[in-house]
Amino acid sequence: MSQPFSAAMSQVGPDSDVVVTSRVRLARNISGFPFISRASNPVRQEIMRVVRRAVDQSCNGTDHDQGMRWIELQSAPSRDRILLSERHLVSRHFANSEGPRALALSSDEHSSIMVNEEDHLRIQFLCAGSRLSDAFKEAFSLENALANCTNFSFHPRWGYLTACPTNVGCGIRMSAMLHLPGAQIMKETDRIKRAAKELHLAVRGYYGEGSESIGDFFQFSNQTTLGATEDALLEEFNGIVLPRLIGYEREARTAALARYRSRIEDIVFRAHANLSAARLLTADAATKDLSRMRFGVVMGLLPIELTTIQRLLLQVQPAHLSLIDPRSLESEEADREVRATYVRQELMRGTKDTK
Amino acid sequence: MNCDHCDKPAVVHEIVIKGGDSKEVHLCSEHAIAAGYPLPVEQPLADIFPKLGSVAKVEAAKSKERSAKCAACGLTFTIFRKSATLGCPACYDAFMPMIEKVIESAQDGATHHLGRSPVGGAEIERLQNLRVKMMRDLEAAIAAEQYERAAKLRDELKALDSPSP
Repeated sequence: MSQPFSAAMSQVGPDSDVVVTSRVRLARNISGFPFISRASNPVRQEIMRVVRRAVDQSCNGTDHDQGMRWIELQSAPSRDRILLSERHLVSRHFANSEGPRALALSSDEHSSIMVNEEDHLRIQFLCAGSRLSDAFKEAFSLENALANCTNFSFHPRWGYLTACPTNVGCGIRMSAMLHLPGAQIMKETDRIKRAAKELHLAVRGYYGEGSESIGDFFQFSNQTTLGATEDALLEEFNGIVLPRLIGYEREARTAALARYRSRIEDIVFRAHANLSAARLLTADAATKDLSRMRFGVVMGLLPIELTTIQRLLLQVQPAHLSLIDPRSLESEEADREVRATYVRQELMRGTKDTK
Repeated sequence: MNCDHCDKPAVVHEIVIKGGDSKEVHLCSEHAIAAGYPLPVEQPLADIFPKLGSVAKVEAAKSKERSAKCAACGLTFTIFRKSATLGCPACYDAFMPMIEKVIESAQDGATHHLGRSPVGGAEIERLQNLRVKMMRDLEAAIAAEQYERAAKLRDELKALDSPSP
């Protein structure tokens, strides 16, 4: 886990100018056990045992043959739990809550299973860029492998049963983390959010449910899980909704640049100057300026690789920063100083690389 | 007013018009029956105030909702309302009318699953509720120090998990 470069959050993929990451998450519960809210700690331990056995069995001789790491969160050091949440592999709630819970994680960190979150299993596939149909295929391949080794709660009318009744049916959540600086400058973000609501999409912040948007990053996900097949839901989200959102943002960027070129250049170059000169930097401030630089990079204003920005967006987060230099943990001032120094060095190197 | 034929109180009051003359008739229940008049039906209060009646019905339904409890995991409706999460698969049937409303409004009116199903879904459904209840009984037995009963339940659970011959 000390290598952040395998994390999808630090990589680049198709349509990366707008789509940061794609994720498909399947909610499943093991048949014959109460849901998490009514499960005592011994029962939760038993659920973990059943899931772990299924993971071990299902990984043999399949695509997931490299095996999955098993991380028990209740005994994991707090830094590791925060690392996982900064990589968007676990929810913040899951990282900080209590009781027996685990994460099964593939070596490339794309596939993972949260065990004992809101549901017994949250099977997920996370990757960089717009690759929802790949994520869909991979998540179901893992789900199928597990279904061969254990039974999931199922109801003939409601489909896969989930702890929260609004997730029943396919129990599928497809989401895309979008970077929308164009829409923000054109003051279209609220309109997009309203339109998304009408399409039964949820719009969330950088860290998912209950989090705020930092640096114009928004997470869009489907809320409908019942009354349509999985393939139909994917087709609607990936084939219709997502391309429209991407197209809308690209148009907004072009329009913004045509109308407010100097203003945008000012924002982008100031952000670069800021990060190249700052001696003290908070994670939020760094994220905001990196977001502005990201916009400059994809619009061809800054000669820096998008991968550099993407990697820094992850590395300026507190736990990842402490991997680079543990002195950042000593005090708040030390944290800011280490961050500023690191970002300065990396930007100097990143600019040189592309020359 | 008393009956025209005896001293009992009159329950039927009629004005009879016959050949241009009108005549008041007051009869007790016995004499009214004898004369072939229908007795006035004693109306329940709820029918006189229909609105009050339906309020009472809604209240009754609500209190039934509130007192609903899942037999398998013991979750009450009040707790479900607060947390918005269910306790076990059997809760879906225990709180059916409320769950139906919640799901339909969250799912844009959808009422049935159309997606994939696991192999042997019906059998899973049959066993899962039974198992949840037995696990809860087991915990209760241990808490009450009924070790013999707990041992028996544990054996039964094990038998449930092993594939049937």
